[in-house]
Amino acid sequence: MNAAFDTGLFNQGIGYAAPEIFLGIAACVILLLDLVLSEEQRQWNGVLAVVSLLVTGVLVAAEPVTGRIVAMGGLFELDRMAQLLKVVTLLVVAVVFIYSTDYLKRRRILKGEYYVLGLFSTLGAMVLISAANLITLYLGLELMSLCLYAMVAFDRDSGIAAESAIKYFVLGSMASGTLLYGMSIIYGVTGSLELAVIAEAVRHGLADNVGLIFGIAFLIVGVGFKLGAVPFHMWIPDVYEGSPTSVTVFIGTASKLAAFALAMRLLPEALGASQPDWSQMLVVLSVLSMAIGNIVAIAQSNLKRMLAYSTISHIGYVLLGILSGTAQGYQAAMFYMVSYVLVSAGAFGMILLLARTGFEADKIEDFKGLFARSPWFAGMMLILMVSLAGVPPFIGFWAKLGVVQAVLGVNMTWLAVVAVLFSVVGAYYYLRVVKVMFFDEPTDTTVLGGSMLMRTVLSINALLVLGIGIIPSSLLMLCQRALP
Amino acid sequence: MMFGGHLLSVLIWLPIIGGFVVLFFDKQAETAKWLSLVVSVLTFALSIPLWTGFNLGTAEMQFVEMAPWITTIHAQFHIGIDGIAMPLILLTTFTTALIVISSWTNVAKKVAAYLGSFLILEGVMIGVFCALDAVLFYVFWEAMLIPMFIIIGVWGGPRRVYASIKFFLYTFIGSLLMLVALIYMYLKGGSYEISALQNMHLTLTEQTLIFLAFFSAFAVKVPMWPVHTWLPDAHVEAPTGGSVVLAAIMLKMGGYGFLRFSLPIAPDASRELDWLIIAFSLIAVVYIGFVALAQTDMKKLIAYSSIAHMGFVTLGMFIGFQIVAHTGRTSGIQLGLDGAMVQMLSHGFVSGAMFLCVGVMYDRVHSREIKAYGGVVNTMPKFAAFMVLFALANSGLPGTSGFVGEFMVILASFKANAWYAFLAAITMILGAAYTLWLVKRVIFGPVGNDHVAHMTDLNGREFLVLGLLALAVIAFGVWPAPLVDVLHSSTEHLAQQLLMSKIAP
Repeated sequence: MNAAFDTGLFNQGIGYAAPEIFLGIAACVILLLDLVLSEEQRQWNGVLAVVSLLVTGVLVAAEPVTGRIVAMGGLFELDRMAQLLKVVTLLVVAVVFIYSTDYLKRRRILKGEYYVLGLFSTLGAMVLISAANLITLYLGLELMSLCLYAMVAFDRDSGIAAESAIKYFVLGSMASGTLLYGMSIIYGVTGSLELAVIAEAVRHGLADNVGLIFGIAFLIVGVGFKLGAVPFHMWIPDVYEGSPTSVTVFIGTASKLAAFALAMRLLPEALGASQPDWSQMLVVLSVLSMAIGNIVAIAQSNLKRMLAYSTISHIGYVLLGILSGTAQGYQAAMFYMVSYVLVSAGAFGMILLLARTGFEADKIEDFKGLFARSPWFAGMMLILMVSLAGVPPFIGFWAKLGVVQAVLGVNMTWLAVVAVLFSVVGAYYYLRVVKVMFFDEPTDTTVLGGSMLMRTVLSINALLVLGIGIIPSSLLMLCQRALP
Repeated sequence: MMFGGHLLSVLIWLPIIGGFVVLFFDKQAETAKWLSLVVSVLTFALSIPLWTGFNLGTAEMQFVEMAPWITTIHAQFHIGIDGIAMPLILLTTFTTALIVISSWTNVAKKVAAYLGSFLILEGVMIGVFCALDAVLFYVFWEAMLIPMFIIIGVWGGPRRVYASIKFFLYTFIGSLLMLVALIYMYLKGGSYEISALQNMHLTLTEQTLIFLAFFSAFAVKVPMWPVHTWLPDAHVEAPTGGSVVLAAIMLKMGGYGFLRFSLPIAPDASRELDWLIIAFSLIAVVYIGFVALAQTDMKKLIAYSSIAHMGFVTLGMFIGFQIVAHTGRTSGIQLGLDGAMVQMLSHGFVSGAMFLCVGVMYDRVHSREIKAYGGVVNTMPKFAAFMVLFALANSGLPGTSGFVGEFMVILASFKANAWYAFLAAITMILGAAYTLWLVKRVIFGPVGNDHVAHMTDLNGREFLVLGLLALAVIAFGVWPAPLVDVLHSSTEHLAQQLLMSKIAP
């Protein structure tokens, strides 16, 4: 597709950003279209949004990528990691939109803005994933985050949503500021904003520079916040609980993938030579996340809050892969992130499925007796919960296996033991959800809602968790190829 | 060969897929029952060629299948059986078929899900016994927890939630440490093949840590004192079928793990730490025997008796090191291993039968308390005959399978030190005491109350199930030679592995 743009600015390879450009245009078209659509026709926004996401996904996947392509004067890069992360992000967002439509309609907040903001946020995530320069990185991050702040506050009649949005915005801006400060120090020390140039400079004698390490500390704070690692996790439970569930699922999936890309671009790619320094910091973050996430989750009675703490703990496991500093570790972290997003999309999808007018279904109790009400979806939720607990043969097991193998590979046996012990703690609260669904009698006999499409996609989502769990080879291979 | 050499795969996947199909007959209970019966009986029938086609003369793996599975971590779908695994697989298929028959009328709700869970569980358990790749083994080993968790939790007794979660977490924590050990060895040796792990050189420190990691997984499963506390709870709360699977098969997985992993992978550490296992085993045999004596709940009593009997199994496995240490002779090692295996299989039949007997009474009176019965022989003479037979087998009466294994283990212990044999033999007395006292209070005497007076004797279905088990108990008690022949080559090979130091030269 490059041949078409073979002049001027295009000469610098803007064609590689064609999927991003397409998505941006599609978002604008939907924004305009929303003006002329009547209340009943609103759902066409959703259809169009899903279609444009899928088309973008095809565009991303169609680009043959070998090695690392840098375009637009070192602002934009395309490698296999970017390609895989973008495809997964786009697919997940499409799935999120499908899950959300019914929920939004029942709450009378089915507005075109939900999709438009979601699409722009996805665009931000894609820019971030493909960033080759600190500026692009920051631009992508802010585009994504600003849309998310607005999405949280989207249900304007809800007090708790407004509160969450403010909390998210204030803390998120602080984190962005910290990140920016760290970037400016890095720029000051290395003299460049380009990730490749920074990496080169760090490799040649700057690795132990005090200024650089000072900058890294700030970067870690920013990355830790966006990922939601302890002690920068305070916003996660409140935002997860307060946002409309259709937004929570967005924050819990797409934005996590982007935050992972942020960590990968900044730490291994730009600062690979200082790995011993940031590894130490990540060890602390990782152990604290696994401990606090898993232990505090036990005390939650709200499922969204529980999943929030569960996210925190899973981020601890992802960090295990990153901090090991080996290619195998990065692959494991990526596999972990992708599989976590798949499972978490399904889990929030279940909440959306059970919710109905005036009833959020976000308490663990609301799942009481689901086995009697709908054995099929109880089975699906069982798959998702057990996968989160890391029991084979589900995808979550291979994720844990990978990161534990990564830390054992760099002789941090104690960390591996800590990780598996905390996963036993984690198993307890996932089992509690299973217990509520299967062992308790139903107190509510309403027939489950949800469109046929949503039910189908949700079932496929859960069955994928089992299917990839039984034959994990292909996804593992993809992650291996993405980060050689 | 049947199925083009894929017999073991068929045995694993037939019940799993069959189980999932059964799950869909939620509304048609009768169809679900018949379908489960067909699947379980067919699986049992298909497992018989494993015995008839088994080559007794070799310790090599047989019926081997290998296919690439996860290339990035070099894990393979590698399955096969030797003389240790084969009888356990037959025990699994046999027991599951009996469970399906015995659950015909006594499951109150969701029959399809109940039977489907058992079939899935069966396939997964067969997978555990024939996995030759450590990752594959681990996947089956853990996957087993989920159906069992559901079985205890949905169809169990009043404290089922507590029991099921305790069961899950106890076994989960042990297994995860084993996983760390397996990954450690993979990173060192580059392979998850169990045979490669067995041939790997490891220093004594490494072996000790690996041994302890394995120990945490297998000791919980056996269960050994002092990590046995999940078992009485799980047994008591589980429905009859669940108790039978737990006692007859799941406990054997701990013993199987010791034979397949701990002993051959860490023989030097096993020798160094044999005192630990032997001490725990003897405590289980003696102390838990006394605990069993004090129980008022029939299921609890049998659960504690299981722990005591499994103490024999672990004793038999590790007594060999003491024989070598005390006498320098190596001839007794195999005797201990054979005894342990025979004891495991016999206990599979006997404890399964005992739990089924309790289930038969529970279906009629809905109580597990010993006090609620008395004089059952007056109303259920046929049942009483079976119960007495299994009780005698449980206390190790010569002529029943219960005697053979215990006798072999005691004989092996005698070669090491008469005191071991003395302590182990106490179980013969204690076992007789608690089982016979149970029989006396429940079966004999005058009719205890109105409930007992209204009990009806065994129906044809129950008679069939108990009759088959009684046949097995007596057959292996009178003539255990075929079983010992099957074990022989494999235990001989294992005994050699134990004597070989794996510390790098």
